[in-house]
Amino acid sequence: MTFYPLDLAAIGLGIIFFLVIFAFIFNKKEKFILNFSFSVMTLVGLLAVVAGIWVVYDASAYIMIFNLGLPELPFHFRLDPLSGFFLATIGLLVLYISIYSLGYVRAFLGHKSIARFIIFYCLFIAGMFMVVLADDALFFLIAWELMAVASYFLVIYEDEKVDSKKAALLYLVMAHIGAISILLSFGVLAGAVGGDMGFGSYTFDAMRSANFPAAWAGVAFFLAFFGFSIKAGVIPVHVWLPEAHPVAPSNISALMSGVMLKTAMYGIIRIAFDIIGVFPWWWGAIVLAFGLLSAVFGVLNALMQNDLKKLLAYSSIENIGIILIGIGLSMMFTSFNMPVIAALALTAACYHILNHAMFKGLLFMGAGAILQTTNEQNMEKMGGLIHLMPWTAFLFLVGCVSISALPPFNGFASEWLTFQAFLLSPVVPTPIVKLIMPIGAVLLALTSALAAATFVKAFGVTFLGRWRGKVVPKNREVGWSMRIGMILAAFTCFLLGVLPTFVINMLGNVSNQLVSASINTNMDKYNWLWVTPIVAQRASYSGTIFFVSIALIILATFFIFRLKRGAVTRCNVWDCGFGGLTPRMQYSATSFAMPLRRIFGGVFSISEHVRLKYRLRVNDRFVNIIYKPIVRLSYFISRQVGRLQQGRINEYLIYSFVTIIILLTFLK
Amino acid sequence: MKILPYILELVQVLILLVGAPLFVGWIRRIKCWLQGRKSPSLFQPYFELLKLFSKDVYLAENASWIFRFTPYLVFGITLLIGAIVPILIIDLPFSTTADVIAIVGLFAIARFFTALAGMDVGTAFGGMGSSRTMMIASLAEPAMLITVFTVSLTSHSTSLSQIVQTLTNNGILATLRPSFVFSLWAFLMIAVAETGRVPVDNPDTHLELTMIHETMLLEYSGRHLALMEWASMMKLFLFISIGKAVFMPWGIAQSGQLLAIPLALFFLIIKFMVIGVILVGFETSLAKMRLFRTTEFLGAALLIATLGMLSYFILE
Repeated sequence: MTFYPLDLAAIGLGIIFFLVIFAFIFNKKEKFILNFSFSVMTLVGLLAVVAGIWVVYDASAYIMIFNLGLPELPFHFRLDPLSGFFLATIGLLVLYISIYSLGYVRAFLGHKSIARFIIFYCLFIAGMFMVVLADDALFFLIAWELMAVASYFLVIYEDEKVDSKKAALLYLVMAHIGAISILLSFGVLAGAVGGDMGFGSYTFDAMRSANFPAAWAGVAFFLAFFGFSIKAGVIPVHVWLPEAHPVAPSNISALMSGVMLKTAMYGIIRIAFDIIGVFPWWWGAIVLAFGLLSAVFGVLNALMQNDLKKLLAYSSIENIGIILIGIGLSMMFTSFNMPVIAALALTAACYHILNHAMFKGLLFMGAGAILQTTNEQNMEKMGGLIHLMPWTAFLFLVGCVSISALPPFNGFASEWLTFQAFLLSPVVPTPIVKLIMPIGAVLLALTSALAAATFVKAFGVTFLGRWRGKVVPKNREVGWSMRIGMILAAFTCFLLGVLPTFVINMLGNVSNQLVSASINTNMDKYNWLWVTPIVAQRASYSGTIFFVSIALIILATFFIFRLKRGAVTRCNVWDCGFGGLTPRMQYSATSFAMPLRRIFGGVFSISEHVRLKYRLRVNDRFVNIIYKPIVRLSYFISRQVGRLQQGRINEYLIYSFVTIIILLTFLK
Repeated sequence: MKILPYILELVQVLILLVGAPLFVGWIRRIKCWLQGRKSPSLFQPYFELLKLFSKDVYLAENASWIFRFTPYLVFGITLLIGAIVPILIIDLPFSTTADVIAIVGLFAIARFFTALAGMDVGTAFGGMGSSRTMMIASLAEPAMLITVFTVSLTSHSTSLSQIVQTLTNNGILATLRPSFVFSLWAFLMIAVAETGRVPVDNPDTHLELTMIHETMLLEYSGRHLALMEWASMMKLFLFISIGKAVFMPWGIAQSGQLLAIPLALFFLIIKFMVIGVILVGFETSLAKMRLFRTTEFLGAALLIATLGMLSYFILE
């Protein structure tokens, strides 16, 4: 018997379900199952990475049918380069987070059920793996729901907090609105497959080979886009995301933000490129428009947050926006029959998916480390943590630099590719598209500049300066397992930035599968040094040379200008002779964002009170515009319906009587 | 491996190192003349740097490694940009390492760390400078990117060397197009903002509430301050070099043309002298804007840059 990558993935899934049962049985031996489960989960992550990379490298599809589910619709598994890429991305983050969790979850020992955490952690990860492996609508939705429900229980894990209950409920409601929409989309697709296939039309294989009528394909795509957008937190259906991420345990926030949102991106790519395949350009334009909206609004809202994890959550919305920009561009170029540029945009999107998983995972792990050391999530009270937690500070800085798209780290590499895709757009024939493209490029550029401001704030206020709270935390650096998890993620960010060509070459197989083209990375025998998407004269970027030369020049500068050693004197900060500089005089998170809050004031709904105390609330405007009316309307309808319920038995008897009469008249 | 390109590379970096303070001296001299004052020596910036290098470093007790690392990083990155931008000759060994987007990214990383260093000591001023710098950058950086995008659309490349070559080959008429006019206009506004000149920021002031870049350097001393000052002089020099390469590339030597280098150097000096005069003309005739007026200024720059790109897409 030969051994296929899909077998590896299946073994991984098997181990996860075994762990669930194991944790259930040994739920009393908390310390043991904690160490055992997370150690095994690192192994599962590794298996997924190997399986994923193998299949991407192999560029072929593996299929397996598992006799479970409906009689006529067993579970179809399929592992092709696209799902392989996502499997590897999820696996990699699972690997890091599981190492991190060995230390992080230990803090719950004694006052929370560890078994409960582990069971849902395992189910959540199994759900994500199965979503990308599923090859029929039923299995996909089961996996999707498993992922949603398991993550709900993880969000609500610290259920002593009022916020977490509210946030988790909102998340559950939103997730299900999304799931219904996806379900409907699959229904439309299966219906449009036609023929006499029965349940067979619910397999993705049948859908792939079908020719959809344009109108039904459009309905299906936009239903799916709406459903996946809710999961991904695309503005304006993002409202659950900034609520759920801050209250979840940090390792779960890292997984949710790093990879769970990406399963929605997977869904969009799968349905658009693989299942439907042929579409008009304006689908791509709509995806692009929502991407731009999410990117700009996401980053502006991130900038305004004072809660570190909420800031990171909004920044995830921004990054989802950047990924959608890539996907949208790729869809547009595909519909104009320009496969190479489409491949470039798709590669940019996929690369950003991987990059964002790494740096956002890292940043959430860092936020978790801060939370555990200081018990504080509000940046207004933090400061100077670089002295208390030098490791976390350095690793968090790597995350900040990566996410701000600064070279030579990985965020820059994927944004660079996206910009290159924009710059190739003048070849597009349609005039309206020519109008959209420059504006898109401007907004993307604005986003990346604002992201840098956001993360200067996040790092500067949290780690630099002096502690702003009342009591300086006594705890020091977090334990080694947490540090190792973060070190690995940081190192991956660095490698992906410095050696982007390897991954981009591999992604060529993904784009070959979907848009039947891949970008050209060959230049000469040193081709791994340079990324050259189209031709070398057009544009090239070398992360490796970049890093090496920056490092060398800095070292040289350091040794040349540091001739007089020991001439550094530590002294007090100059206080203009007034004396008594206190930490409260520092710029705070609110004041740092003030100039930009003023410039982009129209975007938020701001209420500012200056009385004896200064109070400022910056809210997401979309909540007021969209959600408040919906909430009010549903309250109104409920109240009207509620009038029926009077509590008098005679009225209820009349209701039953009327119902029976109606039924008798109409259902003869 | 040929050694000559690497020597040229080194020569270009040396020109940057030596030329930047000289250019600042030139600007100060013109300014003095215009304002009817007696000017200090042209080499005064060198003396100032020398003085700072010879002083001890006084470090605030709260300063972390970021504060000490930043001057070296900023200086090193500015030098690296100098190795990439075609100041004298195109197709230098480093020029394929990064295109204009990456150069904007390099400026961004220097700015990122400068802003962090400003917040490190934990005084009100540092944070103020960081906040304002990031505010200005968040509008100026996209405008800068769009400007270079517009130019790169014409030459079908984002590599600066390639842009210079295409423009030179196409002759002087190549830059006489609407998108270039808009881009040049936007670029001038951004360059003023990014290099901290009047009317956005004033490099000569130490008035607490008006300065932006200076506030982040307040706690620096000795060689750290020298490196930061030198780097900001080089930044001015580099912005002008980029503008020169993109909008008036004539005189920059083509690859392999060794004999053209003296001519290129001559053009370089002439251009910088003229630009210095124009810059001072602006600075003396304008007053510094209120902080929140600068957003209008930069917003206008962003708008003009976008118009430039749109006009390329629609008209060309």
